[in-house]
Amino acid sequence: MATFMGINLFGLFGQLLVGLINGSFYALLSLGLAIIFGLLKIINFAQGAIYMLGAFAAYLALQYFGIGYWAALIVVPLVVGLLGVLMERFLIRPIANEDHLYSLLLTFGVALVLQGMFTHMFGSSGLSYAIPDALKGGTKLPFMYLPNYRAWIIIASLIVCVGTWWMIEKTKLGAYLRAGTENPALMQAFGINVPLMVTLTFGFGVALAGFAGVMAAPVYSVSPDMGSNILIVVFAIVVIGGMGSIGGAIITGLGMGIVEGLTKYFYPEASNTVIFLVMVIVLLIKPAGLFGKEA
Amino acid sequence: MKISKFNIVLLGLALVAPFVFYPVLLMKVLCFALFACAFNLLLGFVGLLSFGHAVFLGTGGYVTGYLMMNTGLTPELGILAGTAAAALLGAFYGKLSVKREGIYFAMVTLALAQLMFFVFLQAPFTGGEDGLQGIPRGHLFGLIDLSDNLNMYYFVLAVFLFGFWLINRTVHSPFGQILKAIRDNEPRATSLGYNVNDYKWAAFVISAALAGLAGSTKTLVFQLASLTDVHWHMSGEVVLMTLLGGMGTIFGPVVGAAVVVGIQNFLSGGELGNYVHIIMGLIFIVCVLAFRSGIVGEIQKIVKRNFG
Repeated sequence: MATFMGINLFGLFGQLLVGLINGSFYALLSLGLAIIFGLLKIINFAQGAIYMLGAFAAYLALQYFGIGYWAALIVVPLVVGLLGVLMERFLIRPIANEDHLYSLLLTFGVALVLQGMFTHMFGSSGLSYAIPDALKGGTKLPFMYLPNYRAWIIIASLIVCVGTWWMIEKTKLGAYLRAGTENPALMQAFGINVPLMVTLTFGFGVALAGFAGVMAAPVYSVSPDMGSNILIVVFAIVVIGGMGSIGGAIITGLGMGIVEGLTKYFYPEASNTVIFLVMVIVLLIKPAGLFGKEA
Repeated sequence: MKISKFNIVLLGLALVAPFVFYPVLLMKVLCFALFACAFNLLLGFVGLLSFGHAVFLGTGGYVTGYLMMNTGLTPELGILAGTAAAALLGAFYGKLSVKREGIYFAMVTLALAQLMFFVFLQAPFTGGEDGLQGIPRGHLFGLIDLSDNLNMYYFVLAVFLFGFWLINRTVHSPFGQILKAIRDNEPRATSLGYNVNDYKWAAFVISAALAGLAGSTKTLVFQLASLTDVHWHMSGEVVLMTLLGGMGTIFGPVVGAAVVVGIQNFLSGGELGNYVHIIMGLIFIVCVLAFRSGIVGEIQKIVKRNFG
């Protein structure tokens, strides 16, 4: 067994990998939250429930319509994104001018309804979703065994995260989005359809959570409460990173996954709480968050 | 608070209620009403949405439960200790959370509460998933046997009235006026020379202590302290009670607590038990979209329109 200074390298790298996987999901979810927050100034409490919905949609698509993993990876985010569009249009827009706390409460209600529905239909025990054939098996590296599907999660979510970052920071569409974040009224005056942009942005942010849900289906068990558990951690990550920058959300998400993985190896008792403890420390030292601009 | 005819009638009703309704249900309503009033002090009068208030309810409950089981304290001392523990935790958590505002405040409080959830899950003295069961109610001041439901009811009513009075006193004090000034216009309060974060923190501690008082009392009523009380569902429930009853009103949270506990009690018996969370979620959505003043807020509007 490979050891280095008394550390079991197989165990360490194994937990680091788990950390990177979790971090990939944290990054995808907090990216979606940050995009929505940027334009709408609201936090979507239903983001976790939608992640759960994405996983269930993949499961149901396979069970009832024979839609496989690869098709689900495209179809589910589209369907879920459409649901987000409807949610923005008919639930969130009517209260857009009220205190933003109301929209938080509204999305919390949506999360409760979604989670309650799936608990009612499928019970609270988890369902399993098979890893697609093309990604079965694994690669033996000198210091660890790397299952292919896990490698795929890290690569795919990195591509999606970096692609989203590039789209927002480097393209014209992204420039509109950033301008809308700065001053929606002025954008409207320039002839940009801001309400449409807001709706589509919300849909995109939600679709990211749906995508994460499909990715998660083969590695975590598909259960109604998978969303709420991860969402609270993602909230802590958002507080740690601050929602000032898209890149910050991605880096903090991945970084906190790694911190969690390392904690699982060195002090497993604290692995559930370590991210919250990091949040406490960040609040003490730099209350605005690592990448935050606002006070 | 002036003692009006209205209040005397209410007090009279509360005194005879246990002869009409099941006392344990009434005690549950009173505990949650106190919890919701404490929460409303922050949301309704300072404008701070805490999404982790269950942590104070649960901490009060666990500390009281543990002490009652293991040290033979009298109930009033057990409750005092639970309340103090919640206040202490509130002092620390309040310091951290008032550094952020609005939506961030909600996320910070939720995450801090989840931290304690895992602590209570793993700590050796909380009984893990089972919680603490069979907690003795004991004898109040060593004299009055609280295992009698009627005695317990009047004790819980006294605790509730004390908490309710304290919140009223706070809201109507000069301190409360400053809290409302912060809620309505924070920069202005700052410019008038008030250290806004200190005031928010003080309100947070009072609210946490009273939530702890509610939790400690609830633990004695049900002789149980469990993870349910620190779960985020519970934090959501108290938000719902306050929103439904009418945030920023004195009686709103009491009405909201009674309605929510009533609905849960009604649903849990029958076929509809599985729908509790769906129905709670729908009430949330309807309240936010169409009913933001809550039951008491709407009644106040009608009274003002027709008689004011």
